[in-house]
Amino acid sequence: MSDDIILLAHGSGGLLSQELVEQVFLPHLGRPAGALEDATEIALGPGRVVMTTDGYVVRPIAFPGGDIGKLAVCGTVNDLAMRGARPLYLTAAFIIEEGLPLEELDRIVASMAAAAAQAGVRVVAGDTKVVERGGVDRLFITTAGVGVVPEGVCISAAGARPGDVVLVSGAMGDHGLAIMTQREGLRFQSPLRSDCAPLNGLVADMLAAGGGAIHVLRDPTRGGLATALNELAAASEVSIAIDEDAVPVHDAVRVASELLGLDPLYVANEGKLVAIVAPEAAEAVLAAMRAQPLGAEAAAIGDVRAAERSRVVLRTPLGTHRLLDMLAGEQLPRIC
Amino acid sequence: MTDTAAHRDPAAFREPGAARALLDAIRRRAAARRRREPLRLMEFCGGHTHAIMRYGIREALVPDVRLLSGPGCPVCVTADADIDAAIAMASLPGVAVATFGDMVRVPGTRSSLQEARAAGADVHVVYSALDAMDLARRRPELKVVMLGIGFETTAPTVAAVLEAARAEGLGNLSVYSMHKLTPPAMRAILEAGEACLDGIIGPGHVTAITGWRAWEFLPAEYGLPCAVSGFEPLDMLYAIEQLVTAAVDGEPRVVNAYRRGVTAEGNRVAQALLGRVFEPANAEWRGLGVVPGSGLALRPAYAAHDARRLFELPAPAGGRTAEERGCRCGEVLRGAIEPPECPLFGRACTPAQPVGPCMVSGEGSCAAYYRYGGASRP
Amino acid sequence: MCLAIPLRIAAIDGHLATVEMSGVMRQVSLALTPEARVGDYVLVHAGFAINVVDEAEARETLALFAKIEAAGRRAASGSPANDGAPEPGTDERL
Repeated sequence: MSDDIILLAHGSGGLLSQELVEQVFLPHLGRPAGALEDATEIALGPGRVVMTTDGYVVRPIAFPGGDIGKLAVCGTVNDLAMRGARPLYLTAAFIIEEGLPLEELDRIVASMAAAAAQAGVRVVAGDTKVVERGGVDRLFITTAGVGVVPEGVCISAAGARPGDVVLVSGAMGDHGLAIMTQREGLRFQSPLRSDCAPLNGLVADMLAAGGGAIHVLRDPTRGGLATALNELAAASEVSIAIDEDAVPVHDAVRVASELLGLDPLYVANEGKLVAIVAPEAAEAVLAAMRAQPLGAEAAAIGDVRAAERSRVVLRTPLGTHRLLDMLAGEQLPRIC
Repeated sequence: MTDTAAHRDPAAFREPGAARALLDAIRRRAAARRRREPLRLMEFCGGHTHAIMRYGIREALVPDVRLLSGPGCPVCVTADADIDAAIAMASLPGVAVATFGDMVRVPGTRSSLQEARAAGADVHVVYSALDAMDLARRRPELKVVMLGIGFETTAPTVAAVLEAARAEGLGNLSVYSMHKLTPPAMRAILEAGEACLDGIIGPGHVTAITGWRAWEFLPAEYGLPCAVSGFEPLDMLYAIEQLVTAAVDGEPRVVNAYRRGVTAEGNRVAQALLGRVFEPANAEWRGLGVVPGSGLALRPAYAAHDARRLFELPAPAGGRTAEERGCRCGEVLRGAIEPPECPLFGRACTPAQPVGPCMVSGEGSCAAYYRYGGASRP
Repeated sequence: MCLAIPLRIAAIDGHLATVEMSGVMRQVSLALTPEARVGDYVLVHAGFAINVVDEAEARETLALFAKIEAAGRRAASGSPANDGAPEPGTDERL
């Protein structure tokens, strides 16, 4: 397989397409018991059903800590987990640029399989298309995911209440900085690794500890923590006050951010969550998070307040205050 | 008290107890004057605007001290015509434009580098002029144009790359110089007389290159004190405290409040390099018009690497400059008005849809005000 | 202007230095600071070291801030010693 590349023919539905399915996708993602059908039957069990979809276009497609495949599985699983759902099934559609080495595709699909196993989900349907060189940037993956929300769990972006405590599951900014330092023109050597991880296990432990006291869950992906908090404040019609010193940030992320003129509070995370919980349950939920490997650096970072106009206010390390606004456009590395 | 490694830890320069003490001292000194109006201090450095906003220093100093933002953001002060030229070059076949990130969103009369890139222009965001040189070496078939933006801190880095390119005969690398000098801009602002300043916060890293003697003309010719400041919050508060002291004492002087980064004479190697590669020229500053001797142009010896000579660019037609659209960035930059006084601020002009560069660059007065100023937003 | 942060020189190869802090490393040019040595802290801007940080001055500055903080604490607790302002003589007059 080592010299082989993806050809347009791999996407045209004929022999080569079949070979790709048999030699790459099924071995990693699992062979169905019967024939390969156009659609898969799934059993969901009791509970409210939730669905999500996502597109993955990250560049470069492999980076320290993961690749586009792992990102696709974790991102979809996490969307479901942020509603308190138990993720069950995923689908994955691949749009591949002709010329992509088969070996690379194989590695990425293997990565997806590993992430799916870790999350306890199955990829049950897929599709492949191949486009001409330049049609897409190497590989795009689109997913759908379905899960079930257990009885009594009601988690929503609009669920925050004045007095609630804001928790994060760990350090901010790892994923986005890890990606950025790999880009052309911004080359660094660093220990930065994407934090890409499936969070459904962490969420299950948190629900066991806090149950209905967990009002909001959100994974701060694009736009980072600041953007997520602004969205939540607006949806719940409250204000959120955050203590900048309390937000965990790894040293290497701090240094890389300062070098590039970026703010870690606006940088994407792919293995972290924000939880807004009733004050009486905060300690127990935080303890449950810290007992889990993906929540070892969890911290309480602020609280929710009633307000006429919803906003996010940051208390700086100096003790002064400033508004933490939404991200407007891409954060660009700056020289000034 | 001073641990040997502490001076390397940025947190030591953000210690809240010292910040409170400095803020108290500033307020007390300012309030002890007979005048009731706030002291007016101007900074000339985008990095300072950013730090002031990020640490809430502006609000903490109200009402005793009012901090104004001068033309310290090199992206902000880039004239429409220069942005149009950059876009035109990037759209030429076989040409790749390398630029610092802040520049891609700046609107010219019709478009921006970002939009041009979406339409197929070859635009590369770089962190250093060295990366542009790398690109030129790797792609000999491409004409690489580095956009030379920045003041005295950045210009020597571009000069170093030009000197190396000329020495190795790297014929496909050129620079479109939009570099500008800070002292002439300060003079232009002071001569315009709108800002009514009590003191100037000197740009720390520009001064690392120029040396603090470069600001002696401020007390000597304008009776104004200048405190050269670093960028950590305690550096800034200390510099402001020194500046307020000098302003209240009525003894204008230059204070070096960034001694670990700045000396009297500055970086002689960098200054010599600047002199070998660039010469002063007139330059157009958005909001200030043409300021004589305030720009840096490539010397004739570097003609083969001077994008201004190498490319004949058509004049763009049909667009409107930011001023024609109602933008008052110029007055903001001269310290004549604060961002909220511009009728476009927060309405037609936001970080998502910027009209003038003051809103585009994250450090521009208007963007910083919009993101961090909070209370003054409509 | 401008964004520059202090980083430690870990190694030098000709006029290129490897600077690092907390595991983040990058090559920067010493064209503007040929006098820099391994172990020095340099201000890094746009891929170049623009100045060598004066560590003695850095320590003195921190000592000054510590004095200011202590004086501020005394003033807040009502001590008559001074008003929390930096003492004369620690001003950076030139």
